Amino acid sequence: MDALLQFLFSGLTVGAVYALVALGFTIIYNASDVVNFAQGEFVMLGGMITVFTYQAGLPLPLAAVVAILVTSAIGVALNKLAIEPARGAPVVSLIIITIGASIVIRGATQLIFDKQLHRFPSFSGDDPIHVLGATILPQSLWVIGGALAVFVGLWIFFTRTLTGKAVLATANNRVAAQLVGINTGWVMTLSFGLSAAIGAFAGVLVTPITLVGYDVGVALALKGFAAAMLGGMGNPKGALVGGLLLGCFEALTAGYLSSQYKEAVAFIVILAVLFVMPQGLFGSKSTERV
Amino acid sequence: MTGRNKWISLGVLALLIALLPLFFPSGYYYRVGALIFVNALSVVGLVILIGYAGQISLGHAGFAGIGAYACALAPEHLGLHPALAVLLGAVVSGVMAALIGKPILRLKGYYLAVATLGFGILVSMVLTNERALTGGPDGMNVADLGLRGLLRDMGWRLSGGEFWYMICGVVLLVGAWLALNLFDSPSGRAMRALHGSEVAASTVGVDVPRQKLRAFVISAVYASVAGSLLALQNGYITPDVAGFMHSVEMVTMAVLGGVGSVLGATFGAAILTLLPQVLTVFAEYEQLVLGLVMVLVMIFLPQGLLPSIARRLKGRDE
Repeated sequence: MDALLQFLFSGLTVGAVYALVALGFTIIYNASDVVNFAQGEFVMLGGMITVFTYQAGLPLPLAAVVAILVTSAIGVALNKLAIEPARGAPVVSLIIITIGASIVIRGATQLIFDKQLHRFPSFSGDDPIHVLGATILPQSLWVIGGALAVFVGLWIFFTRTLTGKAVLATANNRVAAQLVGINTGWVMTLSFGLSAAIGAFAGVLVTPITLVGYDVGVALALKGFAAAMLGGMGNPKGALVGGLLLGCFEALTAGYLSSQYKEAVAFIVILAVLFVMPQGLFGSKSTERV
Repeated sequence: MTGRNKWISLGVLALLIALLPLFFPSGYYYRVGALIFVNALSVVGLVILIGYAGQISLGHAGFAGIGAYACALAPEHLGLHPALAVLLGAVVSGVMAALIGKPILRLKGYYLAVATLGFGILVSMVLTNERALTGGPDGMNVADLGLRGLLRDMGWRLSGGEFWYMICGVVLLVGAWLALNLFDSPSGRAMRALHGSEVAASTVGVDVPRQKLRAFVISAVYASVAGSLLALQNGYITPDVAGFMHSVEMVTMAVLGGVGSVLGATFGAAILTLLPQVLTVFAEYEQLVLGLVMVLVMIFLPQGLLPSIARRLKGRDE
């Protein structure tokens, strides 16, 4: 029982990060129908930029804010320079563009910074907290709490603000949104900026636990993508549930079966879900237009 | 594509393979050439899947991995001759593709992408983790094909580079010939029809799931044979051959050259194989340049390099 709780704690921590990455995928997918494989690089950038601005002498909170803002700007640049010019391209081309962009970001990071692993101190110390015979790091609480805060904040943004509703309208029907006067180009810019900021935020939260290096983004992008698919692409609730589920699957597999195959089980579960429910857990049924 | 075009494509390919060695300043270039042909072979398979049938796969490196490790494992454990191991790998890959293709190919677009990606990752994970069998991340040695020694005994002395350049060139030609034959066959037409519209294709009697599966299996066999050839010529293999980045590379080569055309596939494979060789001088910038090439070609030449260039030339003639 203690062991189970322990595995669930670590699963929820990792899962919260997957959920944030999946949320980033979801926001961009809704605004532009693009699956952005560079999403994991935003997490990496959030961690890396915080590390180096912190080492340069900035206080940690300020360093984190700088990292989130810079990453957000990079997200907007990605949209302007690579996605918008390729509007209407087939899925294969868009996949290659965003994977290409992720390789560019990785290459540039490794040139500008370095190839080492880095970390900065945890926000509230490293003394584990004892809960019902299991332990949890304070930083894990930061990660889980941060992820929940982002989801609540976004929910309020999408349901209570005019801008948020404009984003939802664009996701539902781009042409109709344009007709009622929504600037859909701006909605795309906003979505990329927001999604990059969320990724960077996840990177800031998780770096004290998992460390950060220029190449941590690939695995995160794959897991986040898988989590988004598991929940149903385009659904923020699905992103949250998919991410947390994936994290827990991994942790339980690592704990009870084999740590080498923890990622395998994640993909097997996803394959199984796609076979039974091709639209994911929360995805809506769609029909092909002739 | 008319019959005449088919023979022109094959002729151009054969001439290139035969004549390029005249310009090679050193033996090293045979190695690079052989590598290009191997990559081109797997990419020709993807042309059938992506270009003909309009399906996507981010996991074809998995099949390359199966082919490669069949050549590494079968001679050692089953006592099979390496040439038969190539065949065994192709059969295993084909059966595997048929089994997973059935449920997977109902999915579309990004969903199909993640399912194939999952398969590829599973294969590379098994290859990495089963250390006792595969040697883990460090990889394992691959037995010699033995054919070069046979040729030497018959009095035909070839360097390793020359030998593999020849073998891979011939296999690529055969692969391209088969793919071009498929293009105009009833199956090829059915694949291209369902690429245009699945609903329209099924109304005129195309068995859509069957044709998709056929394209998937054929492309898997291409990838598997390419993986085998890679393992045999290097004499060594690591799980990287089945890795996600290798899958991405394969798809990029296919789309870079022009996904509908066999010649374009070879062209794309050549460029993406040469790029790292050229960039070794600027090793630090390799990733940056590779990524930029991928993004820029997709934005400015969405049809791929070869079709875009061909169209420009044609426009000038008229």
